[in-house]
Amino acid sequence: MNFTKTRSDLTVMLIFSIAVLTMPIWLAPIGAGYPDLLQKFAIFGIFAIGYNILFGLTGYLSFGHAAFLGIGSYTAVWSFKLLTMNVLPAIFFAVLMAGLFAALIGFVSLRRSGIYFSILTLAFAQMSYNLAYSVLTPITNGETGLQLTLQDARIFDGPAGEGLPSTELFGISMSGYSGFYFCAVVLIIAFFLSLKIFRSPFGMKLQAIKSNQTRMKYTGFNTRPYLMTAFIISGMYAGLAGGLMAVTDPLAGAERMQWTASGEVVLMTILGGVGTLFGPLLGVGIIKYFENIFSAVNEAALHNFFSFLPGFLENLMVTIITPFVGEGWHLTLGVLFMVIVIFLPGGIMEGLDRIKKRYKTEGASEQTGDKE
Amino acid sequence: MDAIFLQLLNGLDKGGAYALIALGLTLVFGTLGVVNFAHGALFMLGAFCAVSFQKLLTISMKVRDESITFFEAYKEVPYLEIWFGDFGSMIIDWSVPLSILLTIPTMLLIGLAMERGLIKHFYKRTHAEQILVTFGLAIVVQEVIRHFYGANPIPTPAPDIISGSAPIGLWLGLSENLVYPWWRIIYLTFSIIIITAVFAFLQLTTFGMVVRAGMQDREMVAMLGINVERKFTIVFGMAAVVAGLAGMMYAPILPPDYHMGMDFLVLSFVVVVVGGMGSLRGAVAAGFLLGILQSFASLNEIKSILPGIDQIIIYLVAVVILLTRPRGLMGRKGVMED
Amino acid sequence: MSDTKNWNRRDVMKAGAAFAAAGAAPMFFTKDAWAAKDFMNNPSNSSTVTLGFNVPQTGAYADEGADELRAFKLAVKHLNGEGDGGMMNTMKPSMLKGNGILGKKVAYVTGDTQTKSDAARASAKRMIEKDGVIMFSGGSSSGVAIAVQGLAQEMGVVFMAGLTHSNDTTGKDKRRYGFRHFFNAKMSGSALGPVLKERMGTDRNAYHLTADYTWGWTQEQSIKETTEGLGWNTAKAVKTPVGAGDFSQYITPILNSGADTLILNHYGKDMINSLTQAVQFGLRDKQVNGKDFQIIVPLYSRLMAQGAGENLKGILGTTNWNWALTDNGSQAFVKSFGSEYGFPPSQAAHTCYVQTLLYANACEMAGTFYPPEVIKQLEGFNFDGMGNGKTEYRAADHQCFKDVLVVEGNQNPSSQFDLLKIVKEVPRSQVEYDASIFGGDLGPYEV
Repeated sequence: MNFTKTRSDLTVMLIFSIAVLTMPIWLAPIGAGYPDLLQKFAIFGIFAIGYNILFGLTGYLSFGHAAFLGIGSYTAVWSFKLLTMNVLPAIFFAVLMAGLFAALIGFVSLRRSGIYFSILTLAFAQMSYNLAYSVLTPITNGETGLQLTLQDARIFDGPAGEGLPSTELFGISMSGYSGFYFCAVVLIIAFFLSLKIFRSPFGMKLQAIKSNQTRMKYTGFNTRPYLMTAFIISGMYAGLAGGLMAVTDPLAGAERMQWTASGEVVLMTILGGVGTLFGPLLGVGIIKYFENIFSAVNEAALHNFFSFLPGFLENLMVTIITPFVGEGWHLTLGVLFMVIVIFLPGGIMEGLDRIKKRYKTEGASEQTGDKE
Repeated sequence: MDAIFLQLLNGLDKGGAYALIALGLTLVFGTLGVVNFAHGALFMLGAFCAVSFQKLLTISMKVRDESITFFEAYKEVPYLEIWFGDFGSMIIDWSVPLSILLTIPTMLLIGLAMERGLIKHFYKRTHAEQILVTFGLAIVVQEVIRHFYGANPIPTPAPDIISGSAPIGLWLGLSENLVYPWWRIIYLTFSIIIITAVFAFLQLTTFGMVVRAGMQDREMVAMLGINVERKFTIVFGMAAVVAGLAGMMYAPILPPDYHMGMDFLVLSFVVVVVGGMGSLRGAVAAGFLLGILQSFASLNEIKSILPGIDQIIIYLVAVVILLTRPRGLMGRKGVMED
Repeated sequence: MSDTKNWNRRDVMKAGAAFAAAGAAPMFFTKDAWAAKDFMNNPSNSSTVTLGFNVPQTGAYADEGADELRAFKLAVKHLNGEGDGGMMNTMKPSMLKGNGILGKKVAYVTGDTQTKSDAARASAKRMIEKDGVIMFSGGSSSGVAIAVQGLAQEMGVVFMAGLTHSNDTTGKDKRRYGFRHFFNAKMSGSALGPVLKERMGTDRNAYHLTADYTWGWTQEQSIKETTEGLGWNTAKAVKTPVGAGDFSQYITPILNSGADTLILNHYGKDMINSLTQAVQFGLRDKQVNGKDFQIIVPLYSRLMAQGAGENLKGILGTTNWNWALTDNGSQAFVKSFGSEYGFPPSQAAHTCYVQTLLYANACEMAGTFYPPEVIKQLEGFNFDGMGNGKTEYRAADHQCFKDVLVVEGNQNPSSQFDLLKIVKEVPRSQVEYDASIFGGDLGPYEV
């Protein structure tokens, strides 16, 4: 039993790794195979995986996780500015700093549960955002965002050449495809860790908290340390994602901490399927794809796409579709949210499971009955 | 002294708006147990009722400006003015207060349709799914409004006669510098009336009694053979009307744009939760409290000691209250705590 | 850049390079032909050249973004020799022929900045990495402009800024690959000075409400310099949160402050709200120190004027351009834009249109798309016939210097578009300043 589980985990990891590393190939036909979007998929994948450890396992809905993402980014950029352009220290400090803040915010927020917890996390994130945007400008460079400058110290790097240096990992530049592969490897490691957490006794306890915390408490079980650990881990994942955002593009802006950013990861997780391993990644893929590709489709591109149709049909199709692309990508996203949650309860993953099950029971009911 | 009095008025005014929005939200939250992220959109729709009504009244005869040849530029003269002269202009001038005639039925219809068509199916679903579906709905509503009205705010002025300020200082025998806009005084009065009406309705009618009982224990009420579902539909409609009226009356203060619902969404949730889940009184109290504190935090004297305090005061107060009172100001045990 | 896609492309490029070099044969190729030809998204072996238009399509500035996009499309049309040519007929000097740029047909891609730095950079990266743009343009906020300008420098793709008004864009955050045609806060202040003096005298007590972020601060500082230079006193400058909605708590302290002038360093929705509410509080009907209370909005746009409605009548401000200008260039542009879309262009549309033409012309002048050469052509370029009189792209900071319009809300509009009345066209000489006062460093040509 245990053996098969480990083996199936191994298969899962193998398939996952191959799928992630070959993304540039299989995403190219749908127009998503370029470095920046691939990086975003990987980075937000990490963010959502980490968020899912908290929300998916414990059911605690944090509405302020973007704060840790922002803190990670700021820390990483400061590491580039003060220490070195090497990405390893930047990522280390980003994770560390996000972990510290998560410990602090978690300590306070986890004193409450349910919606009260959500609003506490939201309040902390909004305070971070508002301050970073205005009075903390000396640290965050406010609206413009923290950028590298020629005057930065960078004490471990030699004297700067002409122009701004770029981020690197022992000489390999971290922009473009090399940046993506770096993020992809980190994503695979992050996914592996999350898989281990899901399967561990620790993960089981978290799920027990989700299903009935009161009963756990009655049995004399102290849930706080477990919740704290989950909160800090997911905060560190967010910090890692924030750090990677700075690695692939050394700029950190306050908007990263706004409630809409926190809301986005909540939506990604729910859309894909809360508490499932792959769901959040699907959610990330869908939302980021819409944001980057659908928003860029314009009328000219549509005419191009439908040019194989006869003239009047082409115009008709373009007229029908135009409101949903380009500036209308929000509309499409809204419709999609509704359609998915109405027809696939539990998000895409659970929905797929249900469909699979239905087919299975219809097709296989006569042979073996219920397999589970 | 004047300054403090004025900030108190500002705070009450702001608080009135917060309380009205939170009242509708908490009705839905507390009675139906639905996390409604589309509540901000209802507020926005209310404001656009005022815009639409104004548009309707100012349907105009277009007189072409012949000096411009590259495109068609018009001077617009509303038909109402042509037909009825000064009386017509007066009706146009009063379009925002008059739009209440459009707002109440429209918002009621929207509320009922929303509950019957969508929300009803989500009572038994998880909060996460409620968030996703209502957020999706909010985006769709918002984009539809943008499609017809654009993204730019639309001016919806208050009637001329009350566009100025009331000399409150003179009335109270204080400084004559103490003035306050009529429309804001009206807004405050209006919000107090609506809040009182909602409370009276819930306290004094049989219907209200059932709803309150439903908030306490839904299954029990259903077991008593009362058609709870139907009652809940009406509650949702009521919440929509309250939110819509809050938006409509706010239009002269904040020229409406398609995104204004989202801007108020987070704030309204904070108010409701600070007030305590399932408590109407709590929501109203929290609305006024946060409004007043926000106004006072913006005083220059306070800002010079604590720069940026006006930006975070609401969230800071929320944290402090939630830490000292586990269920907000007046929350009930067990509502949305898991 | 060590991205694999570029490497692949590079191989192809090299094959065609000698070819193109022979055709264009400017002298810089002789120095280091391979390195010189090897630049980001070189279109030399394609029949089209792609430009990227990165504008806010969602969020508060979506209408402004939509207008910018209309202007871009019009510019592309004109460059490709379609339509009536617009300002291509009035621009002097011009090497534009109406056959695309350097004989290549102009194509374009669009993107949504959402008025957020992150989203704007992501969208710009998509254009550069996926769509292969050689230049990108657009924008409705200084934060975004500065963020993508940094990216332009990193990637080696020219950015022709759209609407951005902060001093920082061509000041402390200026970049070699970033160019701004729009005016800035410093120039607004200088232009307003004489008009304020004439209308309001030299003895005023001003109260600032300032949006609490970089653009707001630079504008407050620039306007303060001007008004204090006139002899005005600054009663107080209060920072307000962005998107505050209700500004009442910031407006009531003005009533008793003894100030007789309110300066609103707000833009977009903030400005519409704060102005509407300030008027509601009766500020405009007030008498202080025996003077009529005045409100000034240093940066105006027509879309803001639409949102503020009646409240804007008679209020002074500055603008980069207005469709009612009667010079040949403006007329030509208003004519083609108006007949294409049925309404007049905004100042945002104007600046985006002009920027596109200027870039195309610089390529023609350089005889290549190679960015360092194109940049050198734009630097110090003097031109006329684009709606703002004689204009110079200053080499030291990539800021355009041209006449600035002082406008006021029209008291008696003759049509629905006639919202702003031009009070004065302040000549360029009055708004010029020394490039070194803001510091900053343009950075290298080659990246």
